[in-house]
Amino acid sequence: MAAPSSELFRFVLGAVAGHRLRSSLSVLGVGIGVAAVVLLSSLGEGTRQYIVSQFSQFGTNLMAINPGKVKTMGIPGVFGGTTHQLTPEDAGSLRRLPGVDAMIPVAMGQGRVEFGGRGRSVYIYGVNHELPRVWGVGTAQGSFLPPLDSGRRASLTVLGPKLAREIFGTASPLGQRVRIGSESLVVIGVMEPKGQLLGFDLDDTAYIPVGTAMGLFNLSELQEIDLLASSSEGIPALVAQVRAALMARHRGEEDFTITTQTEMLDVFGRVIGIVTLAVTAIAGISLVVGAVGILTVMWISVHERTAEIGLLRALGVEGSTVQALFLLEAILLAAGGGVAGLAFGLLVQALLRLIVPGLPLATPPEAVVAALVMTLGVGAAAGVLPARKAASLDPIEALRAE
Amino acid sequence: MIGLQGVWRTYPMGEGVVHALRDVSLSIAAGEYVALIGPSGSGKSTLLHILGCLDRPTQGRYSFEGREVGSLPDGERSLLRRNRIGFVFQFFHLLPRLTAQGNVELPMLFGGIARDERRERATRALASVGLLPRAGHRPDQLSGGERQRAAIARAVVMNPAVLLADEPTGNLDRASAQEVMGVLEAMNRQGLTLVVVTHDPVLAGHAQRVVHLTDGALSGPPEVLTSTVEA
Repeated sequence: MAAPSSELFRFVLGAVAGHRLRSSLSVLGVGIGVAAVVLLSSLGEGTRQYIVSQFSQFGTNLMAINPGKVKTMGIPGVFGGTTHQLTPEDAGSLRRLPGVDAMIPVAMGQGRVEFGGRGRSVYIYGVNHELPRVWGVGTAQGSFLPPLDSGRRASLTVLGPKLAREIFGTASPLGQRVRIGSESLVVIGVMEPKGQLLGFDLDDTAYIPVGTAMGLFNLSELQEIDLLASSSEGIPALVAQVRAALMARHRGEEDFTITTQTEMLDVFGRVIGIVTLAVTAIAGISLVVGAVGILTVMWISVHERTAEIGLLRALGVEGSTVQALFLLEAILLAAGGGVAGLAFGLLVQALLRLIVPGLPLATPPEAVVAALVMTLGVGAAAGVLPARKAASLDPIEALRAE
Repeated sequence: MIGLQGVWRTYPMGEGVVHALRDVSLSIAAGEYVALIGPSGSGKSTLLHILGCLDRPTQGRYSFEGREVGSLPDGERSLLRRNRIGFVFQFFHLLPRLTAQGNVELPMLFGGIARDERRERATRALASVGLLPRAGHRPDQLSGGERQRAAIARAVVMNPAVLLADEPTGNLDRASAQEVMGVLEAMNRQGLTLVVVTHDPVLAGHAQRVVHLTDGALSGPPEVLTSTVEA
């Protein structure tokens, strides 16, 4: 009749508790590793979620068309080819495709917005009236740009809230004329606050009709056409349609690149996933160090408790049971470290959230599970050698130890 | 109850072999009190280890309660040690992190005995060595004599057939030694077979039978080597 495992567990617990300092140090070693894994993977996952949310605030049905083909590095005409420009007319034709809900032709540049004695250098977006719908943002005062034929110029502008505040202070900018470069434009609206997108302050910009922007910045083509698909299921079909339509307009040449929002998110997700994995792996090294700590402690423990092992054997405890006892002890130490590290990691995250509210932190549950499973593995791996050593001791020799 | 026939124990040592025991034949009846006496290095401990199933004879037969046990597999010998053999050591071998009570319960813990029964039997065993008032103390809070009495309680708590004591008083002052031997002899009077290894002739004088070991061989008249007591 073998001893019930609950009794073995109690015995091992007593052995662990009997060496409080040594046990807590090895628990600490594993704990630091687990805390590092949890923290770093949380940071990685948080960053990924942050970027995904940054992009998907514009919806996931977006696709962008940029001039140039990635394989030709986007440099038109290098090899004497007849590369065509991405024109407002191209944009207009794409808008008429079925399945396209909205379209923004984009031509942008940096410029100084001046009013009275004050001015501010900002990004100036040449867009059209569909921007509020596509970006999901409205105006706080006045209205957005009116529908205009693509390519038509109009001396109108809508300011981002931060820009408006910087130039006009508390006064209403509506109906005022601002100067951007050589143009004098009437402010017809101020946007709602939108925040930042990957470091671009969308509140510190001015929106003008795309035709005006092309003239102002002396652009011969659009930098981008944004399309909003009416459904995400229709996107693959729409990509094919867009490609066919544009190639037909460009004499059969595919001199443009279509990027869908999902593709972009995938790429970002993959990149951040790899970075997270790498960083977590580095943190995992500290788990290995923790395992070595447990191995050392267990090895010392077997030596120090040789007499105890001899006694147990004399009392009729089999070698395999002795082995199980020491293995269990190693696993217990590692598991203790796992739980402690997890608790510490979560505590640090809670503190970080208090101190740096904007820090992207999200603990992926699978990382927590993986870390805990790993500590069990670490304990078992670190315990095998010492446990086998304990089991293989000659009871007579062991009893002689004092 | 115990019978050794032509037992040899040899160890390889460098090029040659060391004969720890040479052709030892000995029988011990149930309820006997036997002292094994001899100078250090004479093979007393080796003989005790063989009797206690911790070591195996290189050659010869060892029967315990009518069974040949010298060649049993390790698992069965572990069971024998657990249930039929009690050990008392010179250095007590108490686990320092456990109380006297916990140490006495230890063999039952690995024997799969329920907690209530463990407690009750340990209490009885501690009472039988007069240590009940100290049951809650850890070994470092006990005197040497008390430690050895706790060890004796641990050795008898599984109701073994034989108690093997290896220099049980070797680490004690005279008063404590007498106290411990008193406990052992009282248990012997209640029927427990007792084998004591010692190099102290005074101590050996208490035994019913004294067996001398010299250089691994038994010496003395043949009647000393077989039991005169009927079981």
